[in-house]
Amino acid sequence: MSDAIKNGFQAAPLDRRNQRNQRVFRLLFLTMTVILIVPVVVILALLTIKGAPALSWGFFTESPKNGLTEGGIFPALVGTLWLVAVALVASVPLGVAAAIYLSEYAKDNLLTRLINLAIINLAGVPSIVHALFGLGAFVLFFKFGTSILAASLTLAIMTLPVVIVSTREALQSVPQSFRLACWSLGATRWQTIRKVVLPNSISGILTGVILEVSRTVGETAPIMFTGAVFFLPFLPQSVMDQTMAMSLHLYNVATQVPDIPEALPFGVALSLILMVLLLNSVSIAFRVHLRRVKKW
Amino acid sequence: MVSKDRIKLEVKDLEIRYGSHVALQGATLNIRENEIFGIIGPANSGKTSFLRAINRMDEMTSGMRVKGTLEFNGKDVSQWRNLYALRSRIGVVFPLPVGLPMSVYDNVAFAAKLRGVKGKANLDEVVERCLTRAALWDEVKDRLDSLGSLLSGGQQQRLTIARALSQDPELLLLDEFSIAVDPVTTMRIEEVLKDLKKEMTIVLVTNLVQQARRLADRTALFLAGEVVEVGKTKRLFGGAATDQRTTDYIEGRFG
Repeated sequence: MSDAIKNGFQAAPLDRRNQRNQRVFRLLFLTMTVILIVPVVVILALLTIKGAPALSWGFFTESPKNGLTEGGIFPALVGTLWLVAVALVASVPLGVAAAIYLSEYAKDNLLTRLINLAIINLAGVPSIVHALFGLGAFVLFFKFGTSILAASLTLAIMTLPVVIVSTREALQSVPQSFRLACWSLGATRWQTIRKVVLPNSISGILTGVILEVSRTVGETAPIMFTGAVFFLPFLPQSVMDQTMAMSLHLYNVATQVPDIPEALPFGVALSLILMVLLLNSVSIAFRVHLRRVKKW
Repeated sequence: MVSKDRIKLEVKDLEIRYGSHVALQGATLNIRENEIFGIIGPANSGKTSFLRAINRMDEMTSGMRVKGTLEFNGKDVSQWRNLYALRSRIGVVFPLPVGLPMSVYDNVAFAAKLRGVKGKANLDEVVERCLTRAALWDEVKDRLDSLGSLLSGGQQQRLTIARALSQDPELLLLDEFSIAVDPVTTMRIEEVLKDLKKEMTIVLVTNLVQQARRLADRTALFLAGEVVEVGKTKRLFGGAATDQRTTDYIEGRFG
């Protein structure tokens, strides 16, 4: 065997260095990823260990008692469902319609760019500013008072950018060639959207809605001044009523009430997270179902 | 003889720009009814832009600007009030088959449904007729409900031809249809096209010079945004081209 062939099977110094670098970088990125997961695991573990003893059937079905130091979370649970539902009803049609316009109709001109800029900026506005806006606009100016309606509209405005951006991305993931083919068959833009674009982007649009739900459930500041209250002995009857809410209730039992059993705030926090997971898994299941019938 | 033929598409001094880039300039030619009009030329010479201008896709393409006249049936396409009426008379086949994300049946029935054709029997008739004419019926008649995208590449391209035919177009635009199709299927489609020209006008953009020779009645050479020469295919390929560049391109000396 000639030397050349023998050398062909031997790693040159450069090869060895490349291989070493490859290992180093892989380890680096793996470490970063693990560091990322640690807080999630710790939070979930801590909440479960400390909060689980507080959970019982009565915890979910009873009202708080004795200045929130005893009893359950039922009114807050129901209140949050109200807030999320009304916020979705307000923001999803608006956000999806705006995204369809921006993605399918709008020409790339100054106005469109300004709208895009506005949406990005809206996403960057701190939630406490949204809260004050909601107080000024919905509670005082439109005279909704502190109510589910005012709080939900505030939440809706806050989460609109999420819906718009994610819907637009979902729409734009539908290949342009489908639109061209459809248009050249003589279809109008709306026919194209209805028959081809929407059916193929619906699962992506739902992903945006899932994100919105998670965020809406957890937000505290925007509902503090606009509709959520410390304690209500009864459930809201209409959107004009005030309500308790999970996020604000957690804030209250964790910081505002003295002499509270330690397990209770953790129980509320754990319930809040379970609620988000539950709402998400419903949408995820729906999305998986839709994706199964997806057509390309 | 020539003057008796009716003109389907009259193009005068057409200019197409994308921003400051000129894709086509000073294009003047006419396309007659029931002919196959071949357009050859290397990449980036304005062939596809020309097709896009015919069915007013410029409205859907950002930055595309069209100047000059382009008369379809004697009426400038920019004057058509109803864009969708114009597009529904013009069938388009793209270089890569674009199966819409729906079943084989729905791909072909789509245009008919858009035009308001109702009733399963009527739609069935359209689907069978168009698939048969696109030489695909025998291969797919038992799997009309499966997804269009599950067909092979060559079948998908014939599906898009069937779809274009379902519009009953007066004008069929083919943009390098054989780029992703095997030679056998290409030959089958070419036979279909020869048959189709009895009923419609066909514009065939191709980068296969020999395909233009086989099919086109007349051929135009586009080169870097300029229409170099338009003439009978027999004359151009018979060594009687007026422009030296045409002879060079046909004989494969460049491009």
